[in-house]
Amino acid sequence: MAITQLSIFLENKPGTLHDTVKRISEAGVNIRAMTIAEVRDFGILRIIVDDVAKAMEVLQDDHIITTTEVVSAVMEDKAGALYDILQALEAANVNIEYMYAYTGEVTGSANVVFRVDDIEGAEAKLREAGVEVL
Amino acid sequence: MTNYYQKEIETAPREEILKIQNEKIRKQVKHVYENVPYYRNLMEEKGLTPDDIQSVDDIKKLPFLSKADLRDSYPYGMLGVDLKDCVRIHSTSGTTGKRVVAFYTQNDIDLWNECCARAIVAAGGNEDDVCQVCYGYGLFTGGLGLDGGSHKVGCLTLPMSSGNTDRQIQFMMDLGATIICCTPSYAAFIGESLAERGYKPEDNKLKAGIFGAEPWTEEMRRSIEKSLGIKAYDIYGLTETSGPGVAYECEEQTGMHINEDHFYAEIIDPDTGEVLPEGSKGELVFTALDKEAFPLLRYRTRDICVLTREKCSCGRTHVKMCKPMGRSDDMLIIRGVNVFPSQIETVLLNEGYTPNYQIEIGRKNNTDTLDIYVEADPAKISDKIADIQDMEAGLASAMRTMLGIGPKIHLVPPKTITRSEGKAVRVIDNRKLHD
Ligand SMILES: [Zn+2]
Repeated sequence: MAITQLSIFLENKPGTLHDTVKRISEAGVNIRAMTIAEVRDFGILRIIVDDVAKAMEVLQDDHIITTTEVVSAVMEDKAGALYDILQALEAANVNIEYMYAYTGEVTGSANVVFRVDDIEGAEAKLREAGVEVL
Repeated sequence: MTNYYQKEIETAPREEILKIQNEKIRKQVKHVYENVPYYRNLMEEKGLTPDDIQSVDDIKKLPFLSKADLRDSYPYGMLGVDLKDCVRIHSTSGTTGKRVVAFYTQNDIDLWNECCARAIVAAGGNEDDVCQVCYGYGLFTGGLGLDGGSHKVGCLTLPMSSGNTDRQIQFMMDLGATIICCTPSYAAFIGESLAERGYKPEDNKLKAGIFGAEPWTEEMRRSIEKSLGIKAYDIYGLTETSGPGVAYECEEQTGMHINEDHFYAEIIDPDTGEVLPEGSKGELVFTALDKEAFPLLRYRTRDICVLTREKCSCGRTHVKMCKPMGRSDDMLIIRGVNVFPSQIETVLLNEGYTPNYQIEIGRKNNTDTLDIYVEADPAKISDKIADIQDMEAGLASAMRTMLGIGPKIHLVPPKTITRSEGKAVRVIDNRKLHD
């Protein structure tokens, strides 16, 4: 089952990231993972939170937010783990738009988030290869 | 075959039109001088009496009127007749300061309706047509103006007024409307709504549309023509001079014939007030030649455009004005090119953006820079950087086509464009800081 990522469009000027994160924090929403992609004028803050609805509620009035379904796979903390996952996706011809990782709930593991064009195909292939999908 | 509503005057030789204008202006200046103390004072300040105005060539001696004069004389200061002879008012929306209230005698309304009738016939209308008027009825001149014109032509008139698109479409389809009159943006919207309901352009009976009251582009015209399966005609007018029908397009669609037997048009330099020769770009000024109740002489419209007397294939001899290119008070000169915020607004609307934007002009290495900040539609933003950069590049290219110079586009989140007292600050010119 895919998980929902929030993508927040941010102007590249002082204070915008601060204000956005403050709002999420004040709503008591936990940011489990985050990454920022940026070019000169703007950035996209991509986050995985524990309460999507609540985060949307406090942000959507004056932010540009999109929700994106992403694949999240559990990766063991050992050499070659990421390679195995990528190879499974490669074999399935899944195109990865972007990816990032965050600490897993089980010690010694991490979660890798993939934005892909074919979520179901990617998840099926990962399971076939013995990778746990969140 | 070209049809005319009043063939004799619409195709009159130039000398004939000039003769009518000269007769009318002598009478009109006398009427204003005797009945409008506000204008009489302006004339006296210049040492003018009605005897100084013998022909339209003398109009250039007369003082200008502007929106500020209408504000100062509000509400009755420009009235040229007793109130007992007035039968109606119309009013502007008043988005910039006080509303303008214009008065009409029955004769004023009749002449105005005839102007609208000329526009409808030029668009191919006759008594067999079903004319759907979806301009607003009421204080706005659009609805009642075209309604009156449609009655004069003898069309079956559908007085729909604006809004309620479901009902518009129902009447259009059930009663077989053949002509539609509304703003171009509403026409585009109706086109989309028809498509959403599964109608193809050939499913309706419309043949022509008469669109005005807001800026629109040639691209918008072609897209409306395609979506409704019609020919789209431009119409021009303003409440101060009567309403729509001051000028209208013929089948050539290369500019609007000004009804010169009722309105004398000049193009002036907006800074000096000097009258410019034919073909020059400048501010459009109108003198109403036979209005009784609200007889404005040399009214500055603030619209920038060009007049041409080149022979028109439709046979009409009245001067043509181009679509207004912008407002003289907003004109910006960037890298030597005249840029109007209204053009930027038009591109945004055409490209599916809301007209929430800010223009920032600067100077870098002795060259002007143009940055346009646009509030993006959250529904259209992707989570991928490349998609957003594509949107910016697409908008920049549409702007370059319209403006003649290429801006840098910055998409920003909604509600981030500074607003003062509810109205957005549209233009920030930083160039003076670098001079
Ligand atoms: Zn013509």
